[in-house]
Amino acid sequence: MATKAHTMRRFDDELSELKAKVLSLGGLVEKAIAGSTQALMAADARLAEQTIERDAAVNALEVQCDELIRRILVLRQPAARDLRFILSSVKVVTDLERMGDLAVGIAEGSLRLQGTGVQPIRALSNMSEAVQAQVSRALDALSRGDIDLAIQVIEHDATIDEMYHSLYREILTYMLETPPGISGYIILSNISKNLERIGDHATNICEMIIYMIRGHDIRHVDHEAAAALLKEEEARHH
Amino acid sequence: MRTRQSNRQPVTDEPPMIQEPPGKPRLEPPSPMVQEAEPVADAKISVRGLNFYYDEKQALTDNTLDIARGRVTAFIGPSGCGKSTHIRTYNRMFELYKGQRATGEILMDGVNILDPAIPALSLRHRIGMIFQKPTPFPMTVFDNVAYGVRLRGGMSRSELEGRVEEALRGAALWDEVKDMLGQQGTQLSGGQQQRLCIARAIAVEPEVLLMDEPCSALDPIATGKIEELIDEFRGRFTVVIVTHNMQQAGRVSDYTAFFYLGRLVEFGETETLFTTPRNEQTEAYITGRFG
Repeated sequence: MATKAHTMRRFDDELSELKAKVLSLGGLVEKAIAGSTQALMAADARLAEQTIERDAAVNALEVQCDELIRRILVLRQPAARDLRFILSSVKVVTDLERMGDLAVGIAEGSLRLQGTGVQPIRALSNMSEAVQAQVSRALDALSRGDIDLAIQVIEHDATIDEMYHSLYREILTYMLETPPGISGYIILSNISKNLERIGDHATNICEMIIYMIRGHDIRHVDHEAAAALLKEEEARHH
Repeated sequence: MRTRQSNRQPVTDEPPMIQEPPGKPRLEPPSPMVQEAEPVADAKISVRGLNFYYDEKQALTDNTLDIARGRVTAFIGPSGCGKSTHIRTYNRMFELYKGQRATGEILMDGVNILDPAIPALSLRHRIGMIFQKPTPFPMTVFDNVAYGVRLRGGMSRSELEGRVEEALRGAALWDEVKDMLGQQGTQLSGGQQQRLCIARAIAVEPEVLLMDEPCSALDPIATGKIEELIDEFRGRFTVVIVTHNMQQAGRVSDYTAFFYLGRLVEFGETETLFTTPRNEQTEAYITGRFG
């Protein structure tokens, strides 16, 4: 989509500033997920604490984004594509902030795990990598306005859910085998749940990207049907 | 820390909370995905292939759209796009000027009002018009409103007084002028003058009200009063309003038409047009990326 500049250039600056802020918020959140996972797998308490402390930056950036959004809404009365970008940003910022909180939850879990004598499971690291890839692709899709990539992320969420199911069963087996470790395994189970939810937030972001670009709200419709219709619409455009 | 994980999660065979809810809705119309259908179900006016010429210069090209009965339709577009020219064809105002002509059809309740067999005067009783600058006649407030009613004749003095009061109330002006009906209309403030013109227009109980930039000379408070009136007219009159103010189009109208270079570029429900326009030119115009 060719986007001409606004007659009022200051408006363009504000929209660019908002996009840059949302993407850097995304960058902070990516770091938090990676850091908390590494802290967990390496039993690195310092890294866990750092990750927890850095959440303040995520919160501060969330507030900055909201302030900018408020200003644009009041002063510019955005319409059409601009309005959809602003509305999507409101949602995406909230999703990102929640993802940051979930990463903090993982870091806290890794600290608590250290007193239980239970070791982290390899599969958690794999699941975290898969989730990080989802987050990274969601942010790429946001940055480039890439509908196809957004659809791929939404479709791929099922794989994350499967990983969570399988991890859950694995953890349950360990619990049955070694009852004294139950408190540690509950922590691991909660960490896997946090990862699964981070994946859900990545999916939410991609749904908002589709709204932002095409104006379709696909949040509560069957994703396969939505993807098919979006492709059909694409074909009609060209 | 808002989302600290609680340890209250029950241990069961199945992971909780991530099953898809059963029976997710499939995409079937009407759904947010479908926005192709033209929305006007009951048209008061159907414009078909309307062309308009100022001498040799073509100002409108093949305009086709429906104006919904009892609803508010806004025309937007940059200066010179033809939106004012378009509404001025509805009451054949152009016939007052040499060299101006319209071709095509404007069907009001199925009858082509461009047909010369239809007298322009009776047409203008059915289609009232409000202009950009308030145009009170140089006479009293009362006579301004009574003017059109008197032209039609056949009303007693008391009936006429009743009609004038009703029209002034309908234009939300009665309380402000009831004690000064004998004063000159031109002595009112700009906003009051415009509401006086609206009272004059609705006094003859027209079917359609055309408003050409009715608020562009008014301050925000006077504008708000006119917009409130337009809102109240919904269901009673079919309103077509030309406006340069897109927020105004958004506030008052049910349908919006975007004109550019004499062509109707896009027409649709106002909410849809302002959130998800289909045309790139519409998008550029309403987001302020035009020219």
